[in-house]
Amino acid sequence: MTALLEVRSVAVRFGGVMALSGVNLDVQEGTITGLIGPNGAGKTTLFNVICGIRQPTSGVILFDDKEINRIPTQKRSSLGIGRTFQRLELFTTLSVFDNVLVAAELAGVDNPHEVAKEQLLLLGLSNLASTIAGELPTGSARLLEVARALAGHPRLLLLDEPASGLDDAETQQLAQLLRRLKSLSITVLLVEHDMSLIMSVCDQIHVLNLGSVIASGTTDQIQHNPDVIDAYLGAAR
Amino acid sequence: MQQLVAYTVIGLTTGAIYALASSGLVVTYVTSGVFNIAHGAIGMIAAFSYWQVRFDWGWPAPIALVAILGILCPTLGLAIDRVALRGLAQATEVTRLTATVALMAAFIGTAAWIWPPENRQPFRGFFDGNNVNIFGVNVGWNKIIALIAAIIVALGLRVLLYGTRLGIQMRAVVDDRNLAELNGARPSRIASASWALGASLAGLAGILLAAEVQLNIVPLTLLVINAYAAAIFGRLKSLPLTFIGAMALGLTEAYLLWGQGESWFPKTVSGFSTSGLRQATPTIFLFILLLLLPQAKLRAGAARLRERSVIPQWNTAILGAVVLVVSSIAVTGMLTRSNTIYLVQALIMALAVVSLVPLTGYAGLVSLAPLTFAGIGAVLMSKMPGDGNVLSLIAVVAIVALIGALIALPALRLEGIYLALATGAFALLVSILVFNQGKIFSNGVAEVPPLRIPGVDLSQPRPKAIFLSIAFAIVGLGLVALRRSSLGRRLVAMKDSPLAGATLGMNLVRTKVLAFAISAAIASLAGALDAGKVAPDNYVFDRSLPILLLAIVGGIGSIGGAFFGGMLLGSNAVLASIVPSLSKVTQVMPGLIGLSMGRNPNGASHQVATAFRPVTQHPQSLVIALGGVGALWLLTFLDIISNWGFFAALVVWGLGIVPNLPALANTTGRPRMLCLSIAAAGIGLASFFDDVFDAAPTGGRLLAVIILFVAVGNAIRRVHTPAKPTNKSSPDLVGLVAFTAEELSKSDRDIKVVL
Repeated sequence: MTALLEVRSVAVRFGGVMALSGVNLDVQEGTITGLIGPNGAGKTTLFNVICGIRQPTSGVILFDDKEINRIPTQKRSSLGIGRTFQRLELFTTLSVFDNVLVAAELAGVDNPHEVAKEQLLLLGLSNLASTIAGELPTGSARLLEVARALAGHPRLLLLDEPASGLDDAETQQLAQLLRRLKSLSITVLLVEHDMSLIMSVCDQIHVLNLGSVIASGTTDQIQHNPDVIDAYLGAAR
Repeated sequence: MQQLVAYTVIGLTTGAIYALASSGLVVTYVTSGVFNIAHGAIGMIAAFSYWQVRFDWGWPAPIALVAILGILCPTLGLAIDRVALRGLAQATEVTRLTATVALMAAFIGTAAWIWPPENRQPFRGFFDGNNVNIFGVNVGWNKIIALIAAIIVALGLRVLLYGTRLGIQMRAVVDDRNLAELNGARPSRIASASWALGASLAGLAGILLAAEVQLNIVPLTLLVINAYAAAIFGRLKSLPLTFIGAMALGLTEAYLLWGQGESWFPKTVSGFSTSGLRQATPTIFLFILLLLLPQAKLRAGAARLRERSVIPQWNTAILGAVVLVVSSIAVTGMLTRSNTIYLVQALIMALAVVSLVPLTGYAGLVSLAPLTFAGIGAVLMSKMPGDGNVLSLIAVVAIVALIGALIALPALRLEGIYLALATGAFALLVSILVFNQGKIFSNGVAEVPPLRIPGVDLSQPRPKAIFLSIAFAIVGLGLVALRRSSLGRRLVAMKDSPLAGATLGMNLVRTKVLAFAISAAIASLAGALDAGKVAPDNYVFDRSLPILLLAIVGGIGSIGGAFFGGMLLGSNAVLASIVPSLSKVTQVMPGLIGLSMGRNPNGASHQVATAFRPVTQHPQSLVIALGGVGALWLLTFLDIISNWGFFAALVVWGLGIVPNLPALANTTGRPRMLCLSIAAAGIGLASFFDDVFDAAPTGGRLLAVIILFVAVGNAIRRVHTPAKPTNKSSPDLVGLVAFTAEELSKSDRDIKVVL
């Protein structure tokens, strides 16, 4: 296996605060990699650095072995990076279908209408196709974010808390979808607070706390890592 | 040396006035998040009111000052905050910005109404006639007071913001509104306080400025531009930087004034007069500052939209286009020549308004310069060889689109209000530096040749009106095609979430430039197709404001709404010219209409569309509706009812009765008979309109028609559907408005909250 995404010594400074300091992590091609950590650990900031919304103060991002630091946000999607947002960023006045259609058109796929239909089908949103996106309940809105990101046929999909606001059934559906994506050899980097979801789908997990990676490993290793327990539960030992 | 001192003093005092105005602007912006375009207009109202009590009624200066700055201005500020803006807290920046544009228009109209130019006497500064000698230069007391006031305000604001509880709360709200609220601050109260304070500062600046430039509505209102320039120097945040910016601006103006009096200063540059340069200084200053601002960062948090955008359907669009062209052919056959000319003007306005549909409606970008592009179109058309050749028109449209794109390009790095301000600055610059040149408008007019189409004389009003309605229909259909295209979806997507757009691969700058170019091209038609003599006054900045207002009020993003807005502007001119007494009302009207937006952010055309939706879905009603129109037309054709009768009956039928047809089909018995008799009475009254309103002027008749159709429509609706309590959606997040005060305080007690 090779690493599709490599984050090398990335640091981000907001004024006097180090949001990220010396972060190193790899995302292996074809895997589902979890990125967990308490709120404020720097997970969303790392996502923003990976898709070019924020420039790192120092460090390098390698995608498919090429440095992408200088590539502007809108060109990174054509490299194959897609993402969803923790705070929903839907095109709220467009219909559900048009949300996905715009994404497919921007990605320059051959038959955007077909692609859009497929993605809605995949996410189980077909019956909501003509609903205005701003009127969706949170669960469907999260799924629509995923459908929209998938419409560009990304190689690497960054999911920022896709399960927050989803009920149990919807979370199960999401877990199934993630496994399906894996079978379609789409690489996923998943930020999530729902530990049972993370533990059930991830191959590899990185734990971020206060801007640094404090642990990396398989689900088993992470579950028994004392540093992780510390970061999550405080000094319980 | 003496001159240097003299002009430096002038510069510093002017700068002091700008500093006062801009500090007020900054205080309101940071605490309420509303960028107040009407800030200068508040100063203007204050100056006029001060003149009223001080010089017309002869109150002593201190009492007059307390009355204006201590009572009138704070009240005005509070009223604006409470009445005009409160309902818009969750609306988009565009809507809020437009609400203050509406305020500005309303204030300008009100001032022109209350204080007509012929009644104004000189405005004298404080201790007029007494001077102080500074380094051998005589300086008037008004200037010295301006300087002292600026210093006091600077110190006072410092103490207020850092030394008082209110000030600390203000700064807390600036940092994080929600967090401050959770910690017990009341952002809305703090915003009210800052509006009151901001209005008083605007008033003080206005009064001091009026002593220098006398009572003129527009220059005083445009004080806001100078204030903006200084405020933007402080990035709309830093008061010290704002003060420095204001002083720099004042000094630049003063030294330019000095230079213009010297022999070495060039009077013309390649044939263009430099006399407008000083007047344009604040605008140039603002424009340069805006261009120097750093690239806008992509920000999370998609707009919390209340506005909705409906995809236009081809069948309704084509139906609308056909109805527009056919009815313009029919209507112009009955109108007098002068009324046809009004219709032509209304159609020109409609074209200008519709130019904002792709830009503001689809892409969510505000332009304060639609008429500037129209003016450039008119000028180019008049200078273009070919004398009205169609190819010249195409060239003009292409050039204006290019200009639109070029102007937009540097400004597009900016977002929201900055972009809107840049377009406003551009509009002012073009007005002052280009349109006022003798080289462009010789003797103040330019002759736009009519488009040459074989067999049609477009210099005559009727063919011109029909041609313009065809042009509007084509533009409208083009916009429908745009909205339904991939580019159209991209424009809307960019409005909704630029961040998501960029991560999906959208080139934001290119998309914005395209939106600007398309909008400028359409606006250029409003100039290039307006054959005849045109004056630069047609295209000044303050005339662009009602265009924006009516585009938003009509329902931005909707082509029918734009047409409605243009017609409204056109009918304004009819009212103003025919009924002088109503002209005052029409000056205030766009502003008042704009303020109604707080209640109806989707625009009036959306309401109309909602009212007609049942009809379009009920074939029988549709047939009856069209049959009724045909019958009225026949009656007119046979000279049984007059033209006015036809118009009135058509309005009553179309807007009053037709929307009720589907409901009437389901009504039986007495209510049905009652409805039918009301309808018959309404139509009857309208048909014989001329006999009833024998001597009434046009404006009065229009008013009567409106009252009649509203009365008939409401009466019928009341009969078939008794009024039921409406469930109003609440503008605030948690829906507290839906509760009564008692319910709220009870729940507070229940959960033991102490407020």
